[in-house]
Amino acid sequence: MTTRYTKDHEYIRIEGDTGIVGITDYAQSQLGDVVYVELPPVGKSVAKGGEAAVVESVKAASEVYAPVSGEVTAVNSALEGAPGTVNESPVERGWFFKLKLANTAELDGLMGEDEYRDYVQSIS
Amino acid sequence: MAEPAAAESLLETPLQGEHAAAGARLVSFAGYAVPVQYATGILSEHLWTREHAGLFDVSHMGQAALIGPDHATTARALEALVPADILNLKPGRQRYTQLLDENGGIRDDLMVTRPANPLQDGELLLVVNASTKEADYAHMAARLPAGVELRRFDDRALLALQGPQAEAVLGGQAPDIASLAFMQAAETMIGGIPAHISRSGYTGEDGFEISVPASRAAELWRLLMADEQARPIGLGARDSLRLEAGLCLYGHDIDTTTSPVEAGLTWSIQKRRREEGGFPGAARIQRELRDGPARLRVGLKPEGRAPAREGTVVATPDGREVGKVTSGGFGPSVNGPVAMGYVAREVATPGTKLHLVVRGKPLPAQVVPMPFAPHRYKRG
Repeated sequence: MTTRYTKDHEYIRIEGDTGIVGITDYAQSQLGDVVYVELPPVGKSVAKGGEAAVVESVKAASEVYAPVSGEVTAVNSALEGAPGTVNESPVERGWFFKLKLANTAELDGLMGEDEYRDYVQSIS
Repeated sequence: MAEPAAAESLLETPLQGEHAAAGARLVSFAGYAVPVQYATGILSEHLWTREHAGLFDVSHMGQAALIGPDHATTARALEALVPADILNLKPGRQRYTQLLDENGGIRDDLMVTRPANPLQDGELLLVVNASTKEADYAHMAARLPAGVELRRFDDRALLALQGPQAEAVLGGQAPDIASLAFMQAAETMIGGIPAHISRSGYTGEDGFEISVPASRAAELWRLLMADEQARPIGLGARDSLRLEAGLCLYGHDIDTTTSPVEAGLTWSIQKRRREEGGFPGAARIQRELRDGPARLRVGLKPEGRAPAREGTVVATPDGREVGKVTSGGFGPSVNGPVAMGYVAREVATPGTKLHLVVRGKPLPAQVVPMPFAPHRYKRG
C-alpha cells in the first residue's frame, strides 16, 4: 500500500486499482476547524487537478483537487454530519472519496512520503 | 480579510511577545501582524468567549482624541462629520457612530467617548478602524474648526476582555468597574496600571475595552491572563463572534457605497440629528429615513449546512438577483452557517425565502432578524 501526495496537500492512498483521497495532516492543521465538507456525487468522473470536493473551515472555503483522474466510486458521507473528523483523523477516518484510477501512470507525477515531508518542511 | 503574515515590513502591537508565547498564528491585517488564532483554534476560542472570558489584542485599532475648549465646541466639530448626537452625550458615556462622506456613504465606523473626568471637558475619545485610521485622521484634521485639534494616541494599546466572566476577571483587579453599564466609560487603575475602560465590545457579550499605555500592555495582558477564566482569542474568533452578534465589519458590511440607513444603523442616529441634519450626506439619509432605502442589510440563515461567504449572490426562488452576502461563514454558537448582506427592500422582511448561490448552486435560505446569538450586554 502506497500513498502519494500533491503540492496542494491532498493524499491518495492506493489500494489495487482504487485510490482513497483526502487532505493531509498538514493541510488540516493549516485550515483549522473544519465545519463543512462538500463531496462529489458517486459516479462522477474527475480529471487530475480538477475540483472534486470542498472543505470549509470557520474562516474560508478551499477546493480539494483530484490528485489523479478517475471515477468516484464512494464518498465518506460520515463527514457531512461530522466534518471535524477531517481534523481529528485526516488519514484514517477523515478521507473524502474513493477513485477508480483511470491512468495509474499519473501517480508517478506525485510526491512520495519522504518527498512530501521535505516539501512541507520547505514551506513551513 | 487576512493573508498569512510575511515577516517583512509589518507593524507589531506591543503584545507581540505575549502572542508568540501563547502559540499565536499571525496574519497580516491592515499592515499589522495580528494573531488570527492561538493554539486551540477559532472554534474553541469562539465558544470560550461565549462561556467564559476572551482576551483580545486590538491595539492595531486607531485611538485618538478631539480636544477643544469645551464639550459643546468639540461635540459640534464632530457632529459636522458624523450623524450621532454628540452634543447630548453625557460624561462617561460612549456612542457608536459613522464618519460619513458627502453622499452619506460610510468612510468608517467608530466609538466616541466623552470622558467622565470633568478635567477632560472638551475632549472626545475616538476608536477607529486600523485599515482606515490614517485616512480618518487626515479627513478629520482637515475639517476641524480653529480651537479643536486631533491628537493621536499611537503610544497606547487596546485590549478587549469579552464574555460572561469578563466582569469577574477584571473586577478582581479593579472592583469599581462592576458599576459601569453597557456603553459607559471610566478611568481606573488595574493592578497599578492607569487605564481607560469602556463597557463595550465587538462580540455581543458583556465585556470591556481597556486602553493603557503601550509600555504597560504586556503587564496588563499577563495580569488578566493569570485568571484561569481568561484565554487569548484571535481575530478569527473575533470575526465569527461579531458576525453572530450581527455587527458590521468595516470594508465588508459597510463602506462608502452604503449609507447608515441601508446598513440598518438608523438606531445610531438620534432623533435630533435625524430632524436637524447638518452632517455629510444628510439630504440622502433623511430621504432614506422618510421613504425607506432601496436595499437593506439583513440576516440570512442558510437552511442547509453549507456556509455562504462574502460575495455570494442572493436571489429570489425564481432566480432574480436581489443582493449579495457581505459577511458569511460558520457560527460556532449557532452551530451552523450564518450570513448577512444587502437585499432589495421588497425581499428584506424576516421570513422571506431566498436563495444563496454557492458554487453555482442555489441553496435555500431565509431572511432572519439579527443577532444570530442574543446580545448579553449589561444594560444600566
